[in-house]
Order: sequence, then structure tokens, then C-alpha cells
Amino acid sequence: MEFVKPTIEYAELAPLLIVLGGACLGVAVEAFLPRSLRRTVQLVLTTVVLLAAFATTIWVATDLAEVAGGAARGLLTAEGTIVVDGPTVFLWGLVLLLSLGGVALFAERRIEGGVSAFAGQAAALPGTEAEREASTRGWEHTEVYPLLLFAVGGMMLFLASNDLLTMFVALEVLSLPLYLLTGLARRRRLLSQEAALKYFLLGAFSSGFFLYGAALVYGFAGSMQFSAIAEAVRNDTENQALLLVGMGLLAVGLLFKVGAAPFQGWTPDVYQGAPTAVTAFMSAATKVAAFGALLRLFYVAFGSDRWSWQPMMWAVAILTMVVGAVVAVSQTDVKRMLAYSSVAHTGFILTGVLGVQGAGELADGQITSLQAVLFYLAAYGVATLGAFAVVTLVRDSNGEATHFDRWAGLGRRSPWLAGAFGLYLLSMAGIPLTAGFVGKWAVFTVALSAGAWPVVLTAIASSIVAIFFYVRYIRIMFFTEPHAGTPAGEVASVTTPSLLTSATIAAGVLATVVIGVVPGPVLDLAARAGDFIR
Amino acid sequence: MYSLSEAAHQVPVIEPSAADGTFSLLWLVIGLPLLGAVVLLLGGRATDRWGHWLGTLMSAASFVVSLLLFVELLGREEGDRSVTQHLYDWIAVGDLQVGMDLLYDPLSALFLLLITGVGTLIHVYSIGYMEHDPRRRRFFAYLNLFVAAMLMLVLAENYLGLFLGWEGVGLASYLLIGFWQHKPSAAAAARKAFVINRVGDIGMALAIALLFTTFGTTSFSAISQVSGAAEEDTLTAVGLLLLLAACGKSAQVPLQAWLLDAMEGPTPVSALIHAATMVTAGVYLVVRSNFIFELAPTAQTVVVVVATVTLLWGAVIGCAKDDIKKALAGSTMSQIGYMMLGAGLGVAGYAFAIFHLITHGFFKANMFLGAGSVMHGMNDDVDMRRYGALRHAMPVTFLTFAMGYLAIIGFPGFSGFWSKDKIIETALAENWVVGVLALLGAGITGFYMTRLMLLTFFTTKRWKEDVHPHESPGVMTVPLVVLAALSVLGGVLLLGDWIVEWLAPVVGEAPHHEPPLPIIVITLLTVATVAVGVAAAWFLVGRREVPLTAPQDVSFATRAARADMYGDAINDVLVGRPGAATVRGLTAGDRTVVDGLFTGGSAGVKATGNVLRRLQNGFVRSYALSVLGGVLLVVLALLAVNLA
Repeated sequence: MEFVKPTIEYAELAPLLIVLGGACLGVAVEAFLPRSLRRTVQLVLTTVVLLAAFATTIWVATDLAEVAGGAARGLLTAEGTIVVDGPTVFLWGLVLLLSLGGVALFAERRIEGGVSAFAGQAAALPGTEAEREASTRGWEHTEVYPLLLFAVGGMMLFLASNDLLTMFVALEVLSLPLYLLTGLARRRRLLSQEAALKYFLLGAFSSGFFLYGAALVYGFAGSMQFSAIAEAVRNDTENQALLLVGMGLLAVGLLFKVGAAPFQGWTPDVYQGAPTAVTAFMSAATKVAAFGALLRLFYVAFGSDRWSWQPMMWAVAILTMVVGAVVAVSQTDVKRMLAYSSVAHTGFILTGVLGVQGAGELADGQITSLQAVLFYLAAYGVATLGAFAVVTLVRDSNGEATHFDRWAGLGRRSPWLAGAFGLYLLSMAGIPLTAGFVGKWAVFTVALSAGAWPVVLTAIASSIVAIFFYVRYIRIMFFTEPHAGTPAGEVASVTTPSLLTSATIAAGVLATVVIGVVPGPVLDLAARAGDFIR
Repeated sequence: MYSLSEAAHQVPVIEPSAADGTFSLLWLVIGLPLLGAVVLLLGGRATDRWGHWLGTLMSAASFVVSLLLFVELLGREEGDRSVTQHLYDWIAVGDLQVGMDLLYDPLSALFLLLITGVGTLIHVYSIGYMEHDPRRRRFFAYLNLFVAAMLMLVLAENYLGLFLGWEGVGLASYLLIGFWQHKPSAAAAARKAFVINRVGDIGMALAIALLFTTFGTTSFSAISQVSGAAEEDTLTAVGLLLLLAACGKSAQVPLQAWLLDAMEGPTPVSALIHAATMVTAGVYLVVRSNFIFELAPTAQTVVVVVATVTLLWGAVIGCAKDDIKKALAGSTMSQIGYMMLGAGLGVAGYAFAIFHLITHGFFKANMFLGAGSVMHGMNDDVDMRRYGALRHAMPVTFLTFAMGYLAIIGFPGFSGFWSKDKIIETALAENWVVGVLALLGAGITGFYMTRLMLLTFFTTKRWKEDVHPHESPGVMTVPLVVLAALSVLGGVLLLGDWIVEWLAPVVGEAPHHEPPLPIIVITLLTVATVAVGVAAAWFLVGRREVPLTAPQDVSFATRAARADMYGDAINDVLVGRPGAATVRGLTAGDRTVVDGLFTGGSAGVKATGNVLRRLQNGFVRSYALSVLGGVLLVVLALLAVNLA
């Protein structure tokens, strides 16, 4: 057999290659630079890499050729395994921006008194002499930066992959660094390690389902490529069971990643156990990437067979929203509350996934469900990153004060920060004039236009329940006082962060308000992303 | 949408040309005071030292620009005196396209001069009046804000822009009535003004909505071109809603009750906002909407009725008040009634309504500032029963006040004589009942103004020993002198029917109606009626001893007038109590039904949450089991739906 050299479109893949190359460079930095220099070099390197990737993403976006009569823009690259189209570059940009916020939070040192939020020496057993030594010497794991870059690279590949095998590889590339990062918390080490292990076990479990699903679908279609699968789904009416079981198992793998019920079990434990900076990055960026992949798989590969998977998605969406909203009500820990809120948001985004897909089926001026989901992801990503960033700052003598009793009266003591948190919560609750409102409105509209009114009704009911637990925090912060006689160490106060965290929070507030008041530009951008390339 | 050919009617169509040359400065008229307000509000204490100068300067600069524009407009052809300036697209959502457009025509030109001119004088006066107030800078910021909003109101080219100014002056009025917020009475008065004005604003909002659904636009020029093609019922509804709005802002019956309480604000505020400018916005609204009222005779009739009732209502209140500012406030209400009457009379009356509005702006501002000057010298006492014989102590105040007094009662030759006389004349020509009532109002005006004059400046000295009346400083008396001169000479606007011809391109030319009596007879009749009122005051007040406290054994009419003609009681019975009862009912319903639903619902949610929470037990094996369960669920659901 003759070997044919594959053609790789380096220009279009540049953002991805820059991130992965930067990650490898970061590993080299860890190996060869002295400890004292590493943090600075890594921080600069990571920031430059992300900025460069973002710049090339913009450059790629302006350069995409129109295909399919202008309905979509972009091209298949790397022998058809990766597709760079409008939605890809939109989500790449979003992931990169959120990662920049994540890096800023990773690099924050002032709130822990000169060290980062990551363990001094993760391999040291908690409570041993080795751990104390690592702590007194002020060591910190600077490997978190290359790990973050690997995760970002995986996410970018995940949402751009055009065959099942690439998608699986990307899934692993993005997941493994996250498992590690989860276990690196400086404080509450055992909780963090437990979370990492749980995340890993369950992630591996669900990856298995994904892989088995891929095998079954390969058995049905005879190809891993989405276009070939779509072709087979259209033409082949034999072996439906094979297709359906494969589709279901693939769905499980992706629904696990986005944290949909009943696969949400890991979310609260991992969100709580991971260093909050990691939680902020993970909750925002992973969701964007996983939804990008989910949309592509179900719209491109299984798009022509949507009647067979939509009822299942309906059920999952409804269950996810109800579980997320209802359980969040009884949470007393702010990180767990945000985790369940993220589950509820997964349900809302799934509602958008159920909408009308083709621009051809819509009246003028209506938005497609792809656009609605892209917009929602932007609004949600910004708010959740910002909210977790605020959580890193609210502390008492034991580190982060995540129990909600500790937040009493915070609005009086730090009105600006509490105001920012309140704004993020209002955006997540979908109050008008915030980005979240426009996002909710968009996904509900598209789902309604596709006739998914039971889902939309559930979504509205869940939103009402959600408003309750969001507003409860605002009430606690602004309208209650800490119990008289609480020791000073147990009242949470706000630690002054360095510019990195403040800038992230401020940028999030700005984006939330601007997108909420003038959603036009972002909606336009989502609309200009066009359709997936099939 | 209506075509142009269907809209052939006699109301002048507004066809502005684009602003160029000097007219491109139009936006500055609003921009300058707005900038002043922004700088003073955001600048904080740093601007305390020179804030009042900046505020005055901005107002004066706006006046200079207005003057330039006016001169430029004078130089234009009569048919060409209407220019519009498009600033930016304000709202562009689907069918709703509203530009931030300004319209400068003979009508708004006069308002510009009045607002910035009188406004500047009052700024100057306030420098002295508010000298010892620690929050003077804030006061000037609010004044500038008011001036900007009022200019927005009269310059807007569409109803939405007008509404912006309308709400802006409402806000400024609220802030300034309650400026001395440490006084509960001032805070309550501000709230009252705000709430009653909301009732009128509902009318405004509904009128705009109705205009938009009918015509698809809110622009004056566009509506004036097609209003003739609309159904008369629609136009009547719009007219009545606009009248409701005008009643709120201009304190016309039945929304009059707030104006008397509004006197809690600093006196310059009463002069500027609650006498000269803002309260006349309703008159402006009616005149500006002539293309609606001319085609809705029913609405016009209602305007006339409301105006006539108000002019008598306010005059009667003015007769019994001992508080000098409240007496003047009653008089303001009554005089706006005259303007409204002019506006309600249609083409024949529009110009005179505006004429009276301007002369009233002069003499009422003059008298309010005079009253402020008196209070300044009397330790802020407002009770006229404790004044008396102040003409010697405050000669300048006395003389300037006297000019205003002669103007308002309509002493021949003074400005009010020309303007009020014209309205009464027109009213008699249109409907003699209304005319006679307006004539009666003029007589009552003569009575209460003379009473006020006598109690304050004549009769015997009744102030206490520790009060030392003195003349106010120059910064306060100079505006008084200027306004007094304007009060005397304001009548020149009518020379050769100038104001009628000037406004003709906007409001149209009146067909000639022969008055029932020769004009000279009407004039003599008016003067005679006023003389009777003055004489009555002389005999009832001037010739008798004035008791220091108001006597209680008085007639029913006096008691009613003292109680603001029971305006508050009427509001209370008609609106307050039923409203309170409804609210009590709704609250009870809310507690039992709605809250019950919610507490029950939320308890249910919470219980469910606690159950579901137990599934979250922290064991990874349980999570894996739940994943497995989910897998089965998903796969079985897929198979069941598709293969069943």
C-alpha cells in the first residue's frame, strides 16, 4: 500500500497548534528553569500563547470561505478530521477568553498571602512533614499552567472534531488535565484529592460508554466521519437498534461532560473540592467545549434523524433543570449552590439544543437554535467565571468561607464585590438588562418555535425556582447581619486581590451588563458564525 | 398609514427644514445646562465653591444661544421659520423608529427665550437666596437639570422626546420641592407632587401609545400631515389623554392638589418651576398638539370646561390663604386656567394663550421672587397676618412687586391687561357663559391680589419685635427689577398683532369672529370688574384691623377656600379610601392565596430538594450506579420511542 502524505491546513489550525505547542513549551520550562523563575515565565508564556491563539482565531474567522451557498463558512481540515467553521471559531474565541480569565485566577497570589491557591507539593500526603516543608518554603505547582493549556487545547479540538475518534481523543486530552488540576488545592487537601479521584473514576466510566457508542455507530455506518455517519443515517434503515444504542451511549459520554442529570453526580463534589480558580475555569470553559461537541455530533452526524433523539433529549433536559433547580434550593454552600445552578443551566442550554436547526425553516429575523446556544454559552460562561472568581475572595480565618451563613452582611462590608456577585446571580437568574436574560429568552424562543413547549414550561418553572435561591444570596449579602456574638474569625470578609482577579471580575461585570443591554453585536456575531459544515 | 391627499384640513402642517448655519447650534441650548448639571452632580464637593457660578453661566450661555437663534429666525421668511435638527437615532426597534430630533419654530423659539431668560434671572437671584444653604451647589445642579429638561420638552420633535423632557422636569420638580428634605412637610409635598403627576403621565403614555398605533409614528411633523385622515373618535381619545397629562403637569382640576403643597420648595423654585415654566407645559402640550385638538371638538370642549373650573377654583383658593406663597400658588392655578381656556378655544385662542403664558411668566416670577425677598427679610415667615406696612422697609421689593400686582390684575397698560383681556374677549366671542365666568375670575383676581398686597405692604405693622425687615442684597433685587420691567412692558408683544402673526405658521390663522359686544365695551367691562374686586378688598381688608390669627367664625365659602376647596378631601374620598380598601383586599388575597401557593410550593420544592439531596451521598459507587441507570434510561428511551 502506498503511503499518502496527509494535507494539514496549518493556517486554519494555527490557534489549536499554538495552544498545544505552548503547552509543550510549558513542560520544557518546568523541566529546565529554576523554581524561582518558573511562575513568572509560565504566566507570561501562557498569557502570550492564549492571546496569540485568540488573535489567530480572529484572523482565521475573518478569512473563512463561504460554503453551502453562504449558509456556512469554513472548511474541513486535516483530512476531514477537524472542521474549522463559524461555530468553531466563535467557540474557540469564547474558550480562549474564558481561559484568559482562568489564568488570571490561577496566578492570583495575594489572597493566600504570597502563594497561589495550588498545593506546594501535591504528592506529599496531607498532614505529613513533607507537606509542611513544601508549605513553609512557599513552593507552588507551576505545572498548572501547561495543564491548563493542554485542557484548553483539548477543548478546542473537542468542539472542532469531525469524527468520533478525534472527538474521543480530544475528550481525554481535555479531561485528564482537569482531573489533575482538581486535586491540587492548597487547603482542604483531602477534599480536593477525593474530588479528583471521583472525577477521574466517573470520567473514565463515562468515557467507556462514549467509546462503546463510537464502536457501535462505526458498526452501523462503517465510518467514524460525521458526514459519512449522516449519510448512513439518511439512507440505511437496517440495523436501527445498533444506531440507537450507539447514539445513546455517545450521548451519555457528552451529557456527562456537560453535567446533565442523571449524570450530574460528580458536579457538586468536584466543584466544591477543586481549587476555586480551577472550578471557575472548568465550569465555564468545559461547558462551552462540551456543548460545542454535543451540538456538532447531534446536528451534523445525527441531524437528519433528529426525531429519534429529540424525545430522549426532552426528557434529559427536563430532568436536568428540575434536579438542578430543586436541589440547589437546599444547598448551604456557595460552591455547591453554583454547581447545581450550573446543572440547571445545562438543562436550559439543552432546551436551546432542542430548537429548530436550519435557517431555512425560520422566518426572517428569527434565530436558530445554534445561535441561541452560542449566545447562552457566552452569557453563562462570563457569569459563572466571574461568580467563582468572587468566591475566591470571600474568606475567613480558615480560607474561603463558602458556607452561606458567613456571607451575611457582606453587602455592607464590601458593597462593590457583593454588587458584582449580585449582578452575576441576577444574570444567571435571567433578570432583564443582564446577559442571562437575553440568553434565556433566546433558548426559550427557539425551543418554542420547534414545539418543545413542555420543556419550555419546565424551564420557566425551574427559572422561577432558580430565582429563589439566587435572590436568597442577594438577601443574605445585603439585608442580613451576621449573628451577634459571632467570633470575628468566623465572619467572612473580602480579601483584597491583585489586579488579576479584580480585572477578571470587572471584565465579567462589564460583559454581563453590556451584553444584557446591547445584545445585538454578540447575537450578530453568533448569527455570522452561520451553520455547521456538514 | 394615511396618504397625504386625504389629509387636507385647515391645521398648518409642520414641514421643518434641516438645521444649518446658526441653527446647527440648537443642541447647545439643551446641552449647556445639561453639562452644568452633570458637572455639578458628578463633581461633588470639589465644585462647591464655584458651582453656583457655573450653573448660572450655563443658563446664561443657553440664553445667549437662544437669543442668537431667535434673531436668525426673525430674519427668515414666514413660511420658512421651522427647522429640525437630527441628533441621533434614539430608538430603532422593528417598526418603532424614534430619532432624537429637535424642532425649532416660532412657538418653541418663544419658550426658549422665556425658559432661559427667566431661568437665568432666577439663577442669579438664587445665588443670594441660597447663600447660607450648605447644599447650594446641589440646588444649582437641580436647577440646571430642570432647565435642560424643560428645554428638551419644548424642543423635542416627537412625543417621545417631549415625554423625556416631561419626565425630566417632573424629576427636577420632585427633587426641588423636597430640597429641604429634613422637613417632613417638604418630603411629603414632593411625594404628593410626584404621585399626582404620575396620574397625568399615565395619560401621556397612553396618548403616545395610541398615536403610535394609529399613525405608526410619534413625530409632530408626520402626525400633523396625516392627522386629518384619522377617525375623530381616536383623535378625541388622544386629546382627552393629552388633557389628562396636561392637568397633572399644569395643576388643573382634578389633578390640582399638588401645587399648593409644592410651595414647600425654596422660593426660586416656586418662581421658576411652579409659576413661570414647568406648570405651563400643559398649555404648551395642548397648543403643540393643535393638529389633534382642532380635529377633536369634543376634547376641545372638555379643555374649556376644565380650564374655566380651574380658573375660578384657583382664584377662590387665593382669596383665603394667609400663606403668601400659597396665595400666589392659587393665583398661578387660576392664571394657567386662563391659558388653558385660550388653548381650548382653538385657533382663535392659541396665540393669546401663549401670550398670557409669557406675560404670566414675567409677572408671576417677579412676584414669587418678591415674596421670597419678603420672606428673606422676615426670617422666613410666610404668614401674611404677621407682615404689614413693609413698603418702607423694603422699597425695591415693594415697587417691583407692585408692578407685578398691577400686571396680574390687568391694570390698563400693563402686560397682564393686554393678555388676559384678549382671552376674555375671545371667550366671549366663542361662548358667552365661559366669557362671563372668565370675567368673574378677573374680578376675583383683583380681590385676592389686592388683599395680598394690602396685608403685606400696607395696613399696620404686625411683625414681632425680634424681626427686622430689611431690603435684600443686590444680587436678589436686580432680577426683581428686570422682571418688573418685563411685567410692565410685556404687552409690546401684542403691538400690531405681532405675536398672533408670529405664531400663525404654527397654530394657523383664526377666522374672524365678531364679539357680542364692541371690543372697547368688553375692555371697559373687564376693568370695571377688576375695580370692583379691588374695591372689595380695600373695604374688607384694607379698612379693618387684621387679626394675627385667622378668625374661625367664617363663612362656609372661606372655610372651603382655606381647605384648598377640599381638593385633598375629594381625592381622599374618590381615590384614597377606595384605593386603600382595594390594597387591603389585595394584600389579604396576596397573603392567603398567592403566598399560600408560594410557601406551599416552595416548601414542596425544598422537601423534594432534601430527598434528592440524599442521593448525593458522596460515594462514587452510587454516582456510578446513577450513571449506569442513566445509560439504561437513555438507551431504553431511544429504543422505546423509535422501535415501539
